[in-house]
Amino acid sequence: MISIQNVTKKYKGTPRPALDQVSLEIEKGDFVFLVGASGSGKSSLMRLMLREDVPSSGSVHVLGENLVGLPARKVPFFRRRLGVVFQDFRLLPNKTVSQNVAFSLQVIGKSEGFIQEAVPDVLRLVGLGEKGDRLPSELSGGEQQRVALARAIVNKPAILLADEPTGNLDPTTSEGIMSLLNTINLGGTTVVMATHERGIVDQMKKRVVELSHGQIVRDQVAGGYGVRD
Amino acid sequence: MRFGFMLSEVTEGLRRNLAMVVSIILVTFISLTFVGTASLLQMQIGQMKNYWYDRAQVAIYLCTDVSPEATCPRGEAAEDVKLQVQERLDSPTLVPFIEKYYFEDHDQAFANFQEQFAGNAVAQYVKPEQLNETFWVNLYDPNQSPILTESFAGLAGVEEVKDQRSYLDQIFLILNIASLAAVSIAALMLVSSALLISTTIRLSAFSRRRELGIMRLVGASNFSIQLPFILEGVVAALIGSVLAGVTVLALIEFFVQGFLAESLPFTSFVGLSDGMLVVPLLIAVGIVLAAAASGLAIRRYLKI
Ligand SMILES: Nc1ncnc2c1ncn2[C@@H]1O[C@H](COP(=O)(O)OP(=O)(O)OP(=O)(O)O)[C@@H](O)[C@H]1O
Ligand SMILES: [Mg+2]
Repeated sequence: MISIQNVTKKYKGTPRPALDQVSLEIEKGDFVFLVGASGSGKSSLMRLMLREDVPSSGSVHVLGENLVGLPARKVPFFRRRLGVVFQDFRLLPNKTVSQNVAFSLQVIGKSEGFIQEAVPDVLRLVGLGEKGDRLPSELSGGEQQRVALARAIVNKPAILLADEPTGNLDPTTSEGIMSLLNTINLGGTTVVMATHERGIVDQMKKRVVELSHGQIVRDQVAGGYGVRD
Repeated sequence: MRFGFMLSEVTEGLRRNLAMVVSIILVTFISLTFVGTASLLQMQIGQMKNYWYDRAQVAIYLCTDVSPEATCPRGEAAEDVKLQVQERLDSPTLVPFIEKYYFEDHDQAFANFQEQFAGNAVAQYVKPEQLNETFWVNLYDPNQSPILTESFAGLAGVEEVKDQRSYLDQIFLILNIASLAAVSIAALMLVSSALLISTTIRLSAFSRRRELGIMRLVGASNFSIQLPFILEGVVAALIGSVLAGVTVLALIEFFVQGFLAESLPFTSFVGLSDGMLVVPLLIAVGIVLAAAASGLAIRRYLKI
């Protein structure tokens, strides 16, 4: 599903690589936490999986595509098979909840018929069935992240990448988001989530990959957040 | 991307950047009006050239008593000079080139002069015998005037052989410089409108960078990301170029045909049919310019 081999990522103008000889295999249906101190390279790794960036050396294979050699014009079609959420939700403030979700389907050319069925379905799934006509500004942070999740999964992606999806939420709200992610994962979607939150990782008992200074220092099945922070 | 959705995106973009859209419309309108006027001027010059070159004659001026000593040492051309010239014009060597010729004597030249300079002081002082007697020759091909110059220049009693086109050439040189200047200004204006279009589209893209980011994230194709912006530029430029087309046609109808043609009845001017050739050109230039400028402007937002 995701196969990363000997990946090194050096950004221009920085002496130390953000990722240093990283190798990682993630299978279909996995739920993986990426943990590690700020600056350890979690987001950099996810950006490589999303083909927002290419590694300086090494190879990245996702969903059967060799992302290093993938021509730019094929990248959009690759991304349609992934879902992504971020700490900052990234919703369009002047569109309603339904329109936000529909937008992501419209821009990839889905038919109105499909959109009208899929959007209410996915909003029910994330528990926002009644709030489709609200604007993002009229929602709580947790609800906004649910909208972002709805948008990420409406196209039934095989992989969901979540970069600190609970970073802006209080613990109770985070729990709701985590149980939603768990539901999505049980549906067969591979979930990769970067986080700083010890409580969440310890509670979920999922696979944990820990990064430190751009290197994988731990890869543990059913692990906890670990001693380092 | 579906057509209806794209249309709503374009409309939204146009509405959000209304002031900039108006500025695109205005700048394409003005620059293309200039381009249109410059092309009409070119057409007008071409038409006048055809008209006047066709009518241009070669004049064989005979000596008068006031001609310069150097060319006419014997003064007024005698009757035998006229016969000699006539003979040569009728000779087998020259006949194939000459469409027709006629002779203008002192009195006819005087009458023409009086008509041409009516009201001018010079008309009162000139006397018939000071004006050259002239053979006016129309050639089949006006380019062949050197043949006449060669066969008559050395002949005693002939003061000068003059191709009228040499006067026309000077006039057309000036007109051409004027129209070249107009074309250059038009080109500069086109460049500035291209720059303005690309700036506007860049601003429009900047104001929608959130949408663009999300579009890229969810896998919208480059084409569907680009298209609304290109259409935004093209729609604005299209409005501008249609306005320019209407203006050019109005200029022809009311200024050229309505005013110039009335005041200068013996000149043929460009008409609406010429304008109809220019209008599609303007619209095509407007569309291509806007598409290219906005396409280039949006490029850097497509980088992955
Ligand atoms: N675009 C970039 N250009 C240059 N350096 C970068 C860039 N992005 C990240 N870095 C550097 O790479 C290293 C890893 O950054 P990254 O964002 O992957 O860390 P992270 O683990 O996601 O941190 P956080 O937990 O704070 O989000 C950092 O030292 C960062 O400064
Ligand atoms: Mg990060």
